[in-house]
Amino acid sequence: MNEQLPQPVEPAAQVPLIELSGITKTYGYGQSALHALRDVDLRIEEGDFMAVMGPSGSGKSTCMNVLGGLDTPTSGSYRFKGVEVGGLSRDQRARLRRHYLGFVFQGFNLLKRTSALENVELPLIYRKLPAATRREMALKALETVGLKGWERHTPGELSGGQQQRVAIARAIVTEPAVLLADEPTGNLDSARSREIMELLCEFNRNRGITIVMVTHEPDMARYAGRTVRFMDGVIQSQD
Amino acid sequence: MVWNSLLLALREIRRNVMRSLLTMLGIVIGVAAVIAMVTIGGGATAQVSADIEKLGSNMLVIRIGQHRGPGGSSASAGPFDAKDVLAISRQTPNLAAIAPSASSSGTVIFGNQNWSTTVTGTDNGFFKVRDWPLETGRQFTENELRSGKAVCILGATVRKKFFGTQDPTGSKMRIEKIPCQIIGVLASKGQSGFGTDQDDLALIPLRTFQRRIAGNQDIGIIQVSVEKGASTEKAAGDIAGLLRERRRIPATQEDDFHIADMKEIAETLTGTTRVLTALLGAVAAVSLLVGGIGIMNIMLVSVTERTREIGIRLAVGALEREVLLQFLIEAVVLSSIGGVMGIALALSASAILVRILQVPFILNTGIIALSFVFSAAVGVVFGYLPARQAARLDPIEALRHE
Repeated sequence: MNEQLPQPVEPAAQVPLIELSGITKTYGYGQSALHALRDVDLRIEEGDFMAVMGPSGSGKSTCMNVLGGLDTPTSGSYRFKGVEVGGLSRDQRARLRRHYLGFVFQGFNLLKRTSALENVELPLIYRKLPAATRREMALKALETVGLKGWERHTPGELSGGQQQRVAIARAIVTEPAVLLADEPTGNLDSARSREIMELLCEFNRNRGITIVMVTHEPDMARYAGRTVRFMDGVIQSQD
Repeated sequence: MVWNSLLLALREIRRNVMRSLLTMLGIVIGVAAVIAMVTIGGGATAQVSADIEKLGSNMLVIRIGQHRGPGGSSASAGPFDAKDVLAISRQTPNLAAIAPSASSSGTVIFGNQNWSTTVTGTDNGFFKVRDWPLETGRQFTENELRSGKAVCILGATVRKKFFGTQDPTGSKMRIEKIPCQIIGVLASKGQSGFGTDQDDLALIPLRTFQRRIAGNQDIGIIQVSVEKGASTEKAAGDIAGLLRERRRIPATQEDDFHIADMKEIAETLTGTTRVLTALLGAVAAVSLLVGGIGIMNIMLVSVTERTREIGIRLAVGALEREVLLQFLIEAVVLSSIGGVMGIALALSASAILVRILQVPFILNTGIIALSFVFSAAVGVVFGYLPARQAARLDPIEALRHE
């Protein structure tokens, strides 16, 4: 599992799952520099369900990108299970995502003209699992999100709610430590949104998957155990 | 990973059948052109060497040349005579046969038809030197040769002209003013490598030609064949030395005769067709290059179109090299399928073309294998840049791409 990831410096049990300290992200230079994140400190413990809120441009998406290892902070320290992520190469961060992280996006981001089953199998391909195992795991994941019988359908043939379920199945099929959801209900109506939130809650409770979710809607944030509010690149409040 | 990428590439190609086919077309045409050129060129080379084989590849042709006097003036050198022939045949080792001959163009008349052909006076050595059997009839007898009898042996073209497929032996015809009895017909040799009809001739005894047509004792050409395995070069050298001595040519002067080595000519001619084949193949190879650029173009388009897909793959943990491999394999699969289609096209086109051009169909498996490897290599070379571009995409940007 831990292929080429540096070993944690302290025993895993004593450190938080995720620890951001003094994270700053700046785009551009000098006068025109845009400070997306300024000196952000954040701890996320294993099993947390955390909502990240804030207006557009407040830095919450940048924070998610940093958490997902998709973006590197300008300064500060990001420790994942005690490992400093800032010092990892692009490929090492890809391996971090492959083994520990799952993503759910607002726009679903499924492969077009590709069946639900194959979409869910995608992360398993990069884990080099044999085809039969991949299939079995993907079928099971689709069943958990309530899409049994829809395996052969392509995203175009599925409703928005169903597409997001496929995306969630894709995120959890690898049994990640953390699920990063960027406005997962942003494109859905309230009934569909509630279904998705209940699904996420269930994964959080029953499987112990840590969830970090960006949302605009206070209704959705209420499902989460913690809420962090961003404003102008700094954490305004957290509970 | 490679297997998965391969399946993925095939699926991607199936999704865009039309575009994939058009992309492959460059490679298809390139490969087909290279193979067709080489196949037809190979056939032509084989044809030329077979033609020269028919002329006799172990043959030397000795002709009178130009005599260069002091002051640069030139005059035709004196002809050979029967003594020269005798000297050559006695003093040159490893000679298989020798045939003196004298020729001129002449009119052959039968009934109310006439035909202009080459009339050659020679002896029975001719059949051996040229390795040219009779279809019907017989060779000259000693008596006919010695006393210059009015008998003739026809080439296949002359025979066909007057007699069709009938056997003309025993019939009488006129060659110039000599009424001749036809005693035989030469087997057909067809066109020579130089495009002349070798069968358009009539043979009469040398002495008959000298006395009744030329009116002199001259021998224009001496043809010599060398024993199998013996060097034609060595024989040519021996004969040249002998003739220089006999013709009293001082060491400072060039030969006033010319010895043509058919083997040399054969090598020159097949060499020429080979160079020509290589040249045509090289020109065709340029279209392979153009095909490669077509693949690069489409792969670049494909990378742009699939930016979001690449973003998704990177987000779920694909490594740079895995994305690179995926796109590289796609390009290689495209170009390799193009290569296979090109090979199929080339083989069918060559099969038809060789029939039209009347050259033998020689399957060159080497060039087929080479073309296939080359087309795959084109995929690697021209697929690399787009693939690298895909692999280096920023996942955040890629996921935002519409």
